[in-house]
Amino acid sequence: MITHNTLVVVLGCAALGVAAGAVGCFALLRGRALLADAMGHAALPGVVAAALLGAWWGTDPRALPPLLIGGAIAGALGLWAVQALSATGRIRQDAAIAVVLASFYALGVVGLSVVQAMPAGAQAGLSHFILGQAATMRAEDAWAAGLLALFCLASTVALFPRLRALCFDAEFAALQGLNIRRTDAALMGLILLVCIAGLPAVGLVLVVALLVLPAATARMLNQRLPGMFMASAALGGISGVLGALLSAGHAGWPTGAAVVLVGTAFFVASLMLRRA
Amino acid sequence: MTAFLQLDFAPLLAAMLAGATCGLLGSFLVLRRESLLGDAITHAVLPGIVLGFFVTGARSGLPVLLGAAVAALLAAAAITHLRRMTRLEGGAATGIVFTGFFAAGLVLLDVTGARSVDLDVDCVLFGQMETLLWPQAEGLASLFDATALASLPHAVFMLAGVGLAVAAAVAALWRPLKLLCFDAAYAQSIGLPVRLLDIALNLMLAAAAVAAFEAVGSILVVALLVAPAAAMRLITNRYNSQLLGGAGLGAGVAALGYALAGPLPAALGSAHAVNAAGAIGVLAGLMVAAAALAGRWRRA
Repeated sequence: MITHNTLVVVLGCAALGVAAGAVGCFALLRGRALLADAMGHAALPGVVAAALLGAWWGTDPRALPPLLIGGAIAGALGLWAVQALSATGRIRQDAAIAVVLASFYALGVVGLSVVQAMPAGAQAGLSHFILGQAATMRAEDAWAAGLLALFCLASTVALFPRLRALCFDAEFAALQGLNIRRTDAALMGLILLVCIAGLPAVGLVLVVALLVLPAATARMLNQRLPGMFMASAALGGISGVLGALLSAGHAGWPTGAAVVLVGTAFFVASLMLRRA
Repeated sequence: MTAFLQLDFAPLLAAMLAGATCGLLGSFLVLRRESLLGDAITHAVLPGIVLGFFVTGARSGLPVLLGAAVAALLAAAAITHLRRMTRLEGGAATGIVFTGFFAAGLVLLDVTGARSVDLDVDCVLFGQMETLLWPQAEGLASLFDATALASLPHAVFMLAGVGLAVAAAVAALWRPLKLLCFDAAYAQSIGLPVRLLDIALNLMLAAAAVAAFEAVGSILVVALLVAPAAAMRLITNRYNSQLLGGAGLGAGVAALGYALAGPLPAALGSAHAVNAAGAIGVLAGLMVAAAALAGRWRRA
């Protein structure tokens, strides 16, 4: 039956899925979905740098929090780079995203090849950030994921009216006094948080799907925001659970891949339901 | 010299061919505002590659190329279809399709047992330039010796073949492609087969992605596709410069990146080499940053 370890992993992925669904709802509506791709890929050099620093300082290189903080800093830098490149006015945001995600990822790969040469051997843990390996999730990681989910849910609910205004009529909202830049920054911050939190379980290549799939599915099924929001969060959680279970049952399936396949199945189903 | 030829010549050549081909194609992506299609296709080809390998057992060559082409066309069609069918914002349709395909590819790697045989995920993610060796090389004469040349790694031939084919196609379709980039509606109105050109571009992208992925890995193919073209876009407004410069920069950044990763640290006495594909990608990003700054400085 379900072992304790599997339960931990499943609950952790569920929490992650809920957080991603909640935040993804607004990320999708605001058109920021692919920035999550840039942030996820950009996080890799940060994770590697944190591991290298940790090894140099003598702390446990596999401890999650410093790795994630490193990833968050790098992800934020990546975001800044995307904005800076787009601001030149000569290349559009999609090109900026592609350049940033590829070059930051490349820096991470360079870093990984350096770590590989080190006796600490932390590399085995680090490359799991690329495709995800939820099976190594420990109880404290699952608790952290749960806290994250709570925080994201609470934030999105608290910011609901502002986020709704931001997504549907930003100009009018600005006229009404809403601070667009701050709300946008808050949304980007939440997206970054979810991306980074999703790295160990789902991996950076597929973390964007975590944000987009439940939200897109919910979008197909709901015409009103509150319904879409709740559906997105719920679908995210369910995809996380089913994906984690699938991945636990098949040793060779990276967790990220399993969760994405489940999410895609839901999405395709929603397309067919919509037609009918 | 023999050591260079045996260890570095093949990867260097492979990298430069990949850089030039991707650099050329990338201009079309950047000009048509479809940079993320490059990202999508490089991820989407994975299931095609795995199936092509599984069905024939051959790691590179025609079946794999075919599988990749089919996957790429399916993915591109799925993205277009999804965009038309739904009103998903931003790049969501692209993101959904390429992550779905990539995830399917990862699972197929396991299900078909392809992983245990030859194809593995690390190669997809990091490339494996360091494994492209040319043991038959013996001194400069080998460069002119047909039998020695024939023993170059398969990936080099695939890249050369794809590169030549792409260059020929772009040259033949120079004017139509130019029109496609700047005014697709007008192109269609004067009878150009816009959809066919689109498909042709996607096929070339898929071929380049597959050929290059053996050398630099799928994610770094994105760097080679977008960065040289983006850098050119930042400093020029002329179409010919954009296209040829993109190809040139691609080859150049590949060569320089490779040199910085291995030969240079070795020459400086360091025992460690750095992942060459990664070095190329980083250099590509720095190049875009430099171009952005140069562009601003010129305009200031």
